[in-house]
Amino acid sequence: MSELLQFTFSGLTVGAVYALVALGFTIIYNASGVVNFAQGEFVMLGGMITVFAHAAGAPLPAAAALAVVATAAIGILLNKLAIERARGASVVTLIIITIGASIFLRGAAQLGFDKQLHRFPSFSGDDPIAIAGATILPQSLWMLFGAAVVFAALYLFFTRSLTGKAVLATANNKLAAQLVGIDTDFVMALSFGLSAAIGALAGVLATPITLTSYDAGTALALKGFAAAMLGGMGNPFGALVGGLLVGLIEATTAGYLSSDYKDAAAFVVILAVLFAMPQGLFGKSAQERV
Amino acid sequence: MTLLSVEGLGIDFGGVTAVDGVGFTAEPGRIVSVIGPNGAGKTTLFNMISGVYLPHRGRVRLDGEDVTGLAPNRLAERGLSRTFQNLQVFLRMSVLDNVMAGRHLAERGSTLADLLGLPSTRRRSRETERAARALLERVGLERAAEREASALSYGALKRLEIARALAARPRLLLLDEPAAGCNPVETEEIDALIAAIAAEGVAVLLVEHDMKLVMKISHHVVVLDHGEKIAEGAPEAVARDPKVVEAYLGAHAGREGSHALG
Repeated sequence: MSELLQFTFSGLTVGAVYALVALGFTIIYNASGVVNFAQGEFVMLGGMITVFAHAAGAPLPAAAALAVVATAAIGILLNKLAIERARGASVVTLIIITIGASIFLRGAAQLGFDKQLHRFPSFSGDDPIAIAGATILPQSLWMLFGAAVVFAALYLFFTRSLTGKAVLATANNKLAAQLVGIDTDFVMALSFGLSAAIGALAGVLATPITLTSYDAGTALALKGFAAAMLGGMGNPFGALVGGLLVGLIEATTAGYLSSDYKDAAAFVVILAVLFAMPQGLFGKSAQERV
Repeated sequence: MTLLSVEGLGIDFGGVTAVDGVGFTAEPGRIVSVIGPNGAGKTTLFNMISGVYLPHRGRVRLDGEDVTGLAPNRLAERGLSRTFQNLQVFLRMSVLDNVMAGRHLAERGSTLADLLGLPSTRRRSRETERAARALLERVGLERAAEREASALSYGALKRLEIARALAARPRLLLLDEPAAGCNPVETEEIDALIAAIAAEGVAVLLVEHDMKLVMKISHHVVVLDHGEKIAEGAPEAVARDPKVVEAYLGAHAGREGSHALG
């Protein structure tokens, strides 16, 4: 029993990172229909910038804040320099541009930082907290807390705020959104900035446990994407649940079977779900009118 | 008092001149119709005026201010609304939400107040919803308010788009074939609706194929052929203009004639 609880704890910890990555996907997808494959690089940048700013002498909170702001700026630049330039390009073209951007960011991080694995100290020490025979690290609680706060903020943003609704309207029909006076360039810049900031936050929260390096983003983007698909692309609640589910499946497979199969198990479950429900667990089915 | 003035507007697509040297003006409370055979450049002209295309030549002025090439959302801020021949509706939103989206610019408030659900936000939303329902009633869609837009018929979507355009309380309204695909009864209703909108002081610019509708409600008619303005004036005068008759019937009549001879 305590074994299962232990696996649950570690599953939720890693799941929180996947959920944050998936939430990042959600925003850009909601604004443009584009799946941003550079999302994993935002997580990597969040971790790496914190590491190097901290090493340069900045206190940890300041280094973390700098990482989030700098990554958001990089996200906005990515939109300005690569996405906005391709005005009128199809969604598939834009997705390919984000793949290119992810390779570029990885290369830039390799040159600008280095190729080592890095970490920085946990926020509240490394003494495990014992709960019913299992243990959880304080940093894991930080990660879960971060995912919950970001989810709640995004949920309210999309359902209640006018700006959030403008983002959804832009995704639904960009030209119509412009006609009613929505500044769609601003919406795109906002969604890239927000998404990059959330990615960086995930990197800041996770690095003390998972460590980071210039190429840490690829695997995270893949898992985060899978989580977003599982939950239903575009739905913040789906992203949260999808992320935690993928984390739990991985942890229990690693615990009860073998850690060799943990990635395979996660993807098999996702494939099975998508065969039965192509729109994901909480996604709305899309029907295009011709 | 001129609200919109278009001067020497032109655009080319890959060496083909689609519209060239077109100019006219529009005043509040009056309906200006742009007519012409298929491919004459009517919709292209509309796309340039409303900021969808960037004109290669000429100027568009609103209140005397140069607004050529401004993005559609900037033009919306200045009081320009439009509808499309092939519809630009938020298909995955409810009919009511579509019209409420039209109030976007009037809805400005603090995002924080929105997130917290403060009373000011809720009051604003209630007012927007009331205004939107009134507009739906005006275009005869009040009973479809809660349905998803994609479930509506073509004619109903046309009216929905007009309601959304009106929600922005425009000073200048561009309607691209509002009666296309509508049955005679619906056309009659749209007729009356457009006249009523103009009577409220809105400058209306209309592209329409239904000549009966054009002749009945227009104050001024601009005729395009092959991208150029060939005539302009009161509806009756334009209808008698030999150049206009030729543009509409000429090519066809010529072919018929050669058939008969050949």
